Amino acid sequence: MWAELRAVGLLLLALVGTARAELRIEITQGAAQTIPIAVIPYANDGGADAIHAVIGADLARSGQFRLVPDDQLLARPTEAAQVDFRDWKLVMAQYLTIGRMLPQPDGRFTAEFELFNVATGQRMTGARFADVAPASKRRLAHHIADLIYEAITGVRGVFNTRVTYVTQVGNNYELQVADADGYNPTTVLRTQEPILSPTWSADGRFVAYATYANGRAAIFRQDVSSGARQLVSSFPGLNGAPAFSPDGGRMAMVLSKDGNPDIYVMDLGGGPPRRLTQHYAIDTEPTWSPDGRYIYFTSDRSGGPQVYRVPASGGAEERVTFDGNYNTRPAVSPDGRKIAMVHGASGRGYRIAVLDIASRRLDVLTDGPLDESPGFAPNGQVIIYTTKTGGAEALATVSIDGNVRQRLGVTQAKVREPGWSPFSATP
Amino acid sequence: MKKFLYVCVIALTAVAATGCAKKATTRAGGDASTSASGTAGAGNGYGTQGAGAGSGFGAGSLDDPSSPLSQRKIYFGLDRYDVGDEYRSVAEAHAGYLRSNPSAAVTLEGHTDERGSREYNIALGERRSNAVRDLMVALGASASQITTVSYGEEKPAADCHDESCWSQNRRVEIVYTSR
Repeated sequence: MWAELRAVGLLLLALVGTARAELRIEITQGAAQTIPIAVIPYANDGGADAIHAVIGADLARSGQFRLVPDDQLLARPTEAAQVDFRDWKLVMAQYLTIGRMLPQPDGRFTAEFELFNVATGQRMTGARFADVAPASKRRLAHHIADLIYEAITGVRGVFNTRVTYVTQVGNNYELQVADADGYNPTTVLRTQEPILSPTWSADGRFVAYATYANGRAAIFRQDVSSGARQLVSSFPGLNGAPAFSPDGGRMAMVLSKDGNPDIYVMDLGGGPPRRLTQHYAIDTEPTWSPDGRYIYFTSDRSGGPQVYRVPASGGAEERVTFDGNYNTRPAVSPDGRKIAMVHGASGRGYRIAVLDIASRRLDVLTDGPLDESPGFAPNGQVIIYTTKTGGAEALATVSIDGNVRQRLGVTQAKVREPGWSPFSATP
Repeated sequence: MKKFLYVCVIALTAVAATGCAKKATTRAGGDASTSASGTAGAGNGYGTQGAGAGSGFGAGSLDDPSSPLSQRKIYFGLDRYDVGDEYRSVAEAHAGYLRSNPSAAVTLEGHTDERGSREYNIALGERRSNAVRDLMVALGASASQITTVSYGEEKPAADCHDESCWSQNRRVEIVYTSR
């Protein structure tokens, strides 16, 4: 009977390309000061995924920009020579971006864009992209939005990135990957067992996660585009919290095969896992510093769970968090200077906090009471996490200054365990 | 396209509802028979392989709602993984059954409430299932009859967001994989 149930539970299907309900993103709090920008429709473009529409939605969704409304666009220039900056001063735009699509005989297209500073009339940036396939149009638009965002804010944009997350409806769990704006959700894995801790390899090719197979905990690594997956670890006891090394060659994880939850590092090329911590307490949730030198992890060796770190090559462990009696699930910022974590405080529940490692200053960024699983966007400006309200579970983001907040939900499903992809190597 | 998606969601919701109903039934069965202590471990002699084993429970007693073996859950305090005295009799009954039935096997599933981080809860759940395993081995079961797995907060028995559910979710479930 149980064997039968288990067999049903193990009908794991790796499905690529199955569309599901999309993540719906709402801004719940924007920046106090937003930057006004006019995003003009491109020449020879149109439709729901018109390039200017995707760019405008990206910039608005960041919470840092506001778009000049359509009915205030005093002109629709598509070439620099057609721009009269007096129009854009009149509608109080600080920036103006224009562009054009140039259809190619082979069905592909070339696109060009330009960004102007309205006050100075200066052309800030621009680029030409040739031989773009129609299917890559949204991706190109996200890339252009990234270039605009970077030219204005000085920070690399994260619009052309992806997010992985887990959905649950009853006993049905799915691991999905979607564009950062929630479009193009793809089911990477469908199973009747819980899926935990999905995490990206630094090259964006693989996602690793923990689930259960044959009644045992197991870690898998899966190629996101082909769907091919490989069992990494299924020792007796815990097999969880996988984390790729920055060079992609190794994986840190928690195992309890030697009797106790400890941190291990496995060479993905083969060979047995090497034990990195050895303590009778719970050690779990390893994550690498971006330079690969340290592994941060959670341990309850002091009585309650706190964040520690250990050199990735082995050595002395040192405690990193000291505020409060519950700090878990560390995530290191891309510059290596900050750690996001789940911070529990009696009466306040579990909230996401960020520690500045050098100054030891701890800032609580979210309201709780049941927030978890924080992770940084690849530009380090935004933290994505899971929030539970009532029976609902959704993703949320907060900017590291706490000013901009978004909620990302899927109707009818619980959504959790977000993982933001690294920057995309190609536009 | 959209319509197709909604159909999917409705179908999945139906499955979820069935799942919940099933779970509720099981729990009622467990709660209805808490008068476990006393007979546990003493052996009532109707087992088939009980001789010399100290306590003899036949496979049939697993289905007997009045048997202490019908209690399959052990509950824990917040962040605790020590087995409370009130559950010792439950562990004794199952250890006795395993001793009397060497071919029987159980999986001990460790669970936690939903608070805090998921992977830390998986580790905490393992602590709980290991604590029950160690106690059952000390009481005469063979370690080879016992498998442990931790689900942390992933499979709550009760789905609300206060202590009334959390206390039901901090548990080890004793699941017979072989009688």
